[in-house]
Amino acid sequence: MSQAELTREVARRVFASEFNDSTYAFKESDDERAPNYALLPTGDRANRVFVAGTLTETEDVGDESEYWRGRVVDPTGTFFVYAGQYQPEAASVLRETEPPAYVSIVGKPRTYETDDGTINVSLRPESISVVDDETRDRWVVETAERTLDRIEAFEAWESEQEAPESASTAPTNEYAQMAHEQYDSPVVNYRNDVIQALESLETVEKDDAEATV
Amino acid sequence: MSDVRQHADDIHEQFSDHIDVDIEDVEERLTTLVDEYKVPIDEARRSVTNHYLEEAGLERDDISGGDSEAANIEDVDEPEEWIDLTAKVIELWDPRSDAVAQVGLLGDPTGTIKFTKWAKSDLPALEEGSVYELRNVVTDEYQGRYSVKLNSTTVIEELDEDLEVGNDTSEIEGALVDMQSGSGLIKRCPEEDCTRVLQNGRCNEHGEVEGEFDLRIKAVVDDGIDAHEVIFDKDATEELTGLSLEEAKEMAMDALDTTIVADEIREDIVGTYYRIEGPTFGRYVLADDVEELGGPADPEELLIKARSM
Repeated sequence: MSQAELTREVARRVFASEFNDSTYAFKESDDERAPNYALLPTGDRANRVFVAGTLTETEDVGDESEYWRGRVVDPTGTFFVYAGQYQPEAASVLRETEPPAYVSIVGKPRTYETDDGTINVSLRPESISVVDDETRDRWVVETAERTLDRIEAFEAWESEQEAPESASTAPTNEYAQMAHEQYDSPVVNYRNDVIQALESLETVEKDDAEATV
Repeated sequence: MSDVRQHADDIHEQFSDHIDVDIEDVEERLTTLVDEYKVPIDEARRSVTNHYLEEAGLERDDISGGDSEAANIEDVDEPEEWIDLTAKVIELWDPRSDAVAQVGLLGDPTGTIKFTKWAKSDLPALEEGSVYELRNVVTDEYQGRYSVKLNSTTVIEELDEDLEVGNDTSEIEGALVDMQSGSGLIKRCPEEDCTRVLQNGRCNEHGEVEGEFDLRIKAVVDDGIDAHEVIFDKDATEELTGLSLEEAKEMAMDALDTTIVADEIREDIVGTYYRIEGPTFGRYVLADDVEELGGPADPEELLIKARSM
């Protein structure tokens, strides 16, 4: 039994807008085999994620060997998924699935720097599954819930920073601290994305203001 | 009574049989740690207790909890709590060390827990299948698993009754994110009471044997907070996949390859949401009751929360 099995990394739930903003990658130790984490702007680390959405396009962008890129869209943005010879199962799903189709993906965040110096975040799949609309909707609600939990913890940490003299019961939140140092975008953006995502579900009534337009 | 006062009272009681401890002194030590040094009360209590242990030349096991409380096994979620259990000895294991007189598994209607009885505590022997009232046992934790220790202050009383033993059942709702190796159509060692899974036709214990086919799934179900390892036995696998052991064998025979079964199953279940209920064994949950989850709950409440943040 390996140590890795004992501490399997949890698959975080994160919307595309926040995932694509998670440009800061780090390790917790100097060990070569230590896991890589992407820092989520709402204040958590993600070595693995579970996402669901609509596969809208697939393309083999490889030169010599196959290298498949898929665009997977959720209510807040697009995940860019890349699978090559080292992810044969995921690559074959991208090769064989006719878009549009609902998919769920377990995978790892990867960052890369483009020629103009911007950092992009992509998803390297461990598995891709074709799913139904119910699974996709369940993921949207679940991801909304997990994201709100992170925002709540972030805001608790933030208010503690503003009023350090009050005896706060907010737990220390090292990843909120790290996100605060690394990122500029305000956390409220992700709250707005959550609202947008939930409103996009058919069962939900639109905001009153919109409904009367 | 204030929190600190209550703890001071407990500590005072613990030591009252052994040394002359002034309760004001106990309280002052606690207050200093908690108020001045901002030590959490649990840690402060531990530290103060240790101080008096040293002063009295005692071991931690020598003092009683003072107010050990009747508890259910499922409620054990803190180390170093003094409790009373009414439990049945389900199994006795071979102690691995001379310091241990007996080690095994206790059960009550709410669950099971490991127990250790120290040799130096000089307590009567427990018998498998008997039910006991165990007063003054102390809880312990190792890597997230709890156990109880019987010590020299423990009072053991055999009860003339039977006790139904329950399981530690877990309920998990999450996405099945991975299927691990050793899943699908497997072969087990046919030797009596062995049932080990064969690796390349070999049993770790009995060497090369003619294996017996079985179906099982080892999977990871992840709710975004924890990753749980779940085992589906033959029945659970058949129910989950709609694939019977006979069909799986035929499939493997046609393909001249058993891995096709695992591939088929993986495609079917990975990336799907399930609710799983079943007993916990070590780090595994054994899937007793499995339900595939459909659409989400009404998101209205979440939306209200998000808008008000």
